[in-house]
Amino acid sequence: MDILIQQVVSGLATGGIYASLALALVMIYQATDVVNFAQGELAMFATYICWSLINAGLPYWVAFLSTLAIAFVGGVVIERVVIRPVENAPILSIVMVTLGLLVICNSVAGWIWTYLQKPFPSPFSANPIKVGNVVFGAHDLGEIEVTMLVLLCIYLFFRFTPLGLAMRAAAHNPVSSRLVGIRVGWMLALGWGLAAVFGAVAGMMVAPVLTLEPNLMGGVQIYAFAAATLGGFTSPGGAVLGGFIVGVVENLVGTYVSFIGTELKFTVALAMIIVVLLVRPTGLFGTTVVKRV
Amino acid sequence: MNALLDVQALEAFYGRTKALHGVSFSMATGGITTILGANGAGKTTTLRAISRMVRTTGTIRFEGEALERRATEDVVQLGIAHAPEGRGTFVHLTVEENLRLGAWGRRERGNLKDDFERVFGYFPVLHERRRQAAGTLSGGEQQMLAVARALMLRPRLLLLDEPSLGLAPLVVREIFRILRTINQTGVSILLVEQNAALALDLADHVFLLETGRVVMEGPSDVLRKDDAIRRAYLGY
Ligand SMILES: Nc1ncnc2c1ncn2[C@@H]1O[C@H](COP(=O)(O)OP(=O)(O)OP(=O)(O)O)[C@@H](O)[C@H]1O
Ligand SMILES: [Mg+2]
Repeated sequence: MDILIQQVVSGLATGGIYASLALALVMIYQATDVVNFAQGELAMFATYICWSLINAGLPYWVAFLSTLAIAFVGGVVIERVVIRPVENAPILSIVMVTLGLLVICNSVAGWIWTYLQKPFPSPFSANPIKVGNVVFGAHDLGEIEVTMLVLLCIYLFFRFTPLGLAMRAAAHNPVSSRLVGIRVGWMLALGWGLAAVFGAVAGMMVAPVLTLEPNLMGGVQIYAFAAATLGGFTSPGGAVLGGFIVGVVENLVGTYVSFIGTELKFTVALAMIIVVLLVRPTGLFGTTVVKRV
Repeated sequence: MNALLDVQALEAFYGRTKALHGVSFSMATGGITTILGANGAGKTTTLRAISRMVRTTGTIRFEGEALERRATEDVVQLGIAHAPEGRGTFVHLTVEENLRLGAWGRRERGNLKDDFERVFGYFPVLHERRRQAAGTLSGGEQQMLAVARALMLRPRLLLLDEPSLGLAPLVVREIFRILRTINQTGVSILLVEQNAALALDLADHVFLLETGRVVMEGPSDVLRKDDAIRRAYLGY
């Protein structure tokens, strides 16, 4: 029982990381119908920036927040400069552009920071936290708190602020949005900025566990895709929940099904998602989108 | 001349096809003008041209300012509200959120309370449904929402594209009664309609569009008596 609780919490911690990145993917997908394959690599890049800031002597949380700001601006700039020109191109061209971004981020990071693994600090204490007989990793708990806080902020932003409302409107109905005076192009750029922020959070939270290297987010991104698909690519809430589900299932399967162990749990998580998709093709919380032609 | 809206030699293009072939008209401040015409005559396209949603040549001036080089969002900021064909409802959002968005392009953003009170006064049913997703409204209610959303801009000019489409006669009469009230508060209206009888009753000036050209124009009481109009559009 204690082990079960421990493993669930640890699953929630990684799940939060998948959730953040999945949310980033879904936000961009909803607004522009584009799957941003570079999302994970942008997150990795942001994490390196945080590492450099910390190395330059900034306190952790200052570096953390500065990185979020830099990621936001970076996301906006990338949308304006790289995505905007291909906005009306066929979907495959846009996919190619995001794949190009992926490769560029990866090799530029390797070029600047080398491919050697770098330890990345955790802002949380190294001592485990003991509740009764159950032992929790402090980083796991901190990670959960940070992701929850970010998710709460973003929920409040979209739900209660005029700008959040305008961004939702622009994503769902660009034509009507223009007719009420919303600058749809800028809303999409802001969406890329926010997505980059979620990605950066995910990167900085996972880096202490995996240690920092240019391929930091490769696996995470696949899980995030799985989470987004599981939740239905059209539902931000679903993507978040999908992230937590994938995290927990991955962890429990790895722990309890002895012949699977850590090597195969990746496969099992993905197999589970395929099963869900066979039963519910739109994902658990997705809705069928009728495409206007 | 103190025209509110002045359109000259307007041509509009969808890809390579030309939908308007040199439309010219102007409307005075404070009036209700209607554009009549059969399906495909170019009524919607004319409104889209004003809102800069279609490629055009020719000139469009609103209170003396040229609109041709503006983006749709900037036209809105001049105080031109457009309730488009198909109503343009944000179906995922609530009625209240739809209305909030209507005020987005307005110069003074603050205090929406008076505006909410005003549109809920016109359309009490929207107040009842304010927390409901707009996509769950009936057609008539969505049309009311489209007009209400446009009013949230506090527009100088209201562009309405077939507000009567698909609605029960009683609902249509209600909406048109409210349009008259709105006009009396100083909002000029450019109304596109297929329901000629209703439109002629409401409007003070009429333009008749046929395959992308203005073929007739005049005060509505004059055109109502015109034989050709009677036969083609009023059916008696
Ligand atoms: N999106 C479009 N692409 C290509 N051609 C279009 C498009 N929209 C309209 N047209 C063409 O432009 C012409 C004018 O269309 P418009 O929609 O302005 O007519 P309308 O007077 O509003 O008709 P209705 O009463 O049926 O709404 C038509 O010949 C139509 O086929
Ligand atoms: Mg039309």
